[in-house]
Amino acid sequence: MSMLHHSAMANAAMIGSIVVAATVGDVLIASAMRRIGDLDEIKAHSGLIGAIRAVITNTRFFCGVAAMAVSFFSLLFALSHADLSLVAPASASLTVVTNTIAGKLFLKENVDKRRWLAALCVCVGVVLLAR
Amino acid sequence: MTFRRYLVLAFVSVSAPLGDTFLDVGMKRIGPVSPAHITTLFHAVSTPWVAGGIVLLIGFFASYLTALSWADLTFVLPATSFGNVVVALLARFWRHEQISLARWAGIFLITAAVGFVTQGPSYTEHEQPITAPDAKEVCHP
Repeated sequence: MSMLHHSAMANAAMIGSIVVAATVGDVLIASAMRRIGDLDEIKAHSGLIGAIRAVITNTRFFCGVAAMAVSFFSLLFALSHADLSLVAPASASLTVVTNTIAGKLFLKENVDKRRWLAALCVCVGVVLLAR
Repeated sequence: MTFRRYLVLAFVSVSAPLGDTFLDVGMKRIGPVSPAHITTLFHAVSTPWVAGGIVLLIGFFASYLTALSWADLTFVLPATSFGNVVVALLARFWRHEQISLARWAGIFLITAAVGFVTQGPSYTEHEQPITAPDAKEVCHP
């Protein structure tokens, strides 16, 4: 029983690490892309090189990538211990919830009832996934 | 939303779970990594399955960035959560993992919820759009 509890706690910690790092990365990258503008338009004006230059010269983008790298190695670590069918959906779904909150707070996105309701449904879905 | 933009979102949905599954195959072959031998993770990226997974995830990242340049984060992430279903299908039929009825129900609920989100607007128009100096230069030469 104690082993089972320890295993559940370890899974929660590994998934939590992935989610926190991924949320920080997503918010920073989304913020960077909003500042840069529509990549399709930039590509039309300045070509692919211009679009790549616009992205890679943005400091906020690199901070986001660093956070995503932390998330990636946390994922590798988790996959060496737990099932893919638990780690991938649970971390991805929880990231949707934390990103919804972060999108409202930090990116000032229009998170309407539809998006909040969807986040709630995702929470219930995660509980079902963990059973 | 144009057809091309839906294609970008579809690629995001498929490439991420495929990449995750490649990583899973690679990491299961390497075996459990203990915190004392954490550098094994750096060795892992040179193995074929993990490297293949990384290539797929790079494709995912490029399309994800494109999507974020014309849609909200809270629109893009739920819209791509269909990948959870792809992961479950790959885990069940390729990796032969057991998926309980409760997990299937959870995956269905998540997918239904995020499908609901895609029915709404994709982008929040701010009164004063923020534009970085370097982007201004590229957009309006």
